[in-house]
Amino acid sequence: MAADSKGTANPHPRPLSPHLQVYRLPMLAILSITHRATGVGLAVGTLMLVCWLVAAANGEAAFNSVNGFLGSAIGRLLLFGWSVALFFHLANGIRHLFWDAVMGFEIRSAENSGWAVIAFTAVATLLAWSIGLAVAGGN
Amino acid sequence: MAAPDKSLRSSLGRVRGLGSAKDGTMHWWAQRTTAIALVPLTVWFVVSVIAHAGAPLAEVKAWIGSPVPAVLMLALVVAMFQHARLGVQVVIEDYVHCEAVKIAALLAVNGAALLFGGFAVFSILKLAFGG
Repeated sequence: MAADSKGTANPHPRPLSPHLQVYRLPMLAILSITHRATGVGLAVGTLMLVCWLVAAANGEAAFNSVNGFLGSAIGRLLLFGWSVALFFHLANGIRHLFWDAVMGFEIRSAENSGWAVIAFTAVATLLAWSIGLAVAGGN
Repeated sequence: MAAPDKSLRSSLGRVRGLGSAKDGTMHWWAQRTTAIALVPLTVWFVVSVIAHAGAPLAEVKAWIGSPVPAVLMLALVVAMFQHARLGVQVVIEDYVHCEAVKIAALLAVNGAALLFGGFAVFSILKLAFGG
């Protein structure tokens, strides 16, 4: 451990970075890193959107095969993941914009808005998929 | 006259306020402006995709091919790739510490964003004008 010049233990220990393997991250920290993770995931997801647009521009055969992939189990799983990430990143991004305007910085209100983001993500995902599947079933 | 300070920065450098990266707060600001643009665009995109879930190509062409959706789609793609590029750049700068790998990754991400953005823009225009 660190000792001062007299050789005694430091009476004012400096705060250390959390040791990530033993430290339980607070909810705010989890949301923060999730914002990054969903952002990177969505950046990868943009490639799927480009695939779909290019296929649509290429014609019937390409469009149907990309749509076939998106309708498969793995395609649906990917779409589900991207939709969760999109709703989370959208809501949490708005939260970040409010922080940029120096609003809602108190720990209490940051936690409240954090729970609101989680609730929005769940409700929006559920709503989007129930309506989307109903529309797709009609097509 | 302000009191002379001990900084080694020149007066010109300080008044320009651009820092060592030479673009000041531009990266931060561009990340925010694209974020603000993407809020309504994303809502529009999600609602539209749900409305056309599982639609055949003819319907998709009619949708993306009409003026308002075509322009909104173009705006979405441009803002999205710019926002993604800026965001992933920060992640790389934070976590990749080997200079050579970092520069290679930044070049790859920026190049990919430009290229895939180009694919997307061309495809939207072809859907709109390709007949």
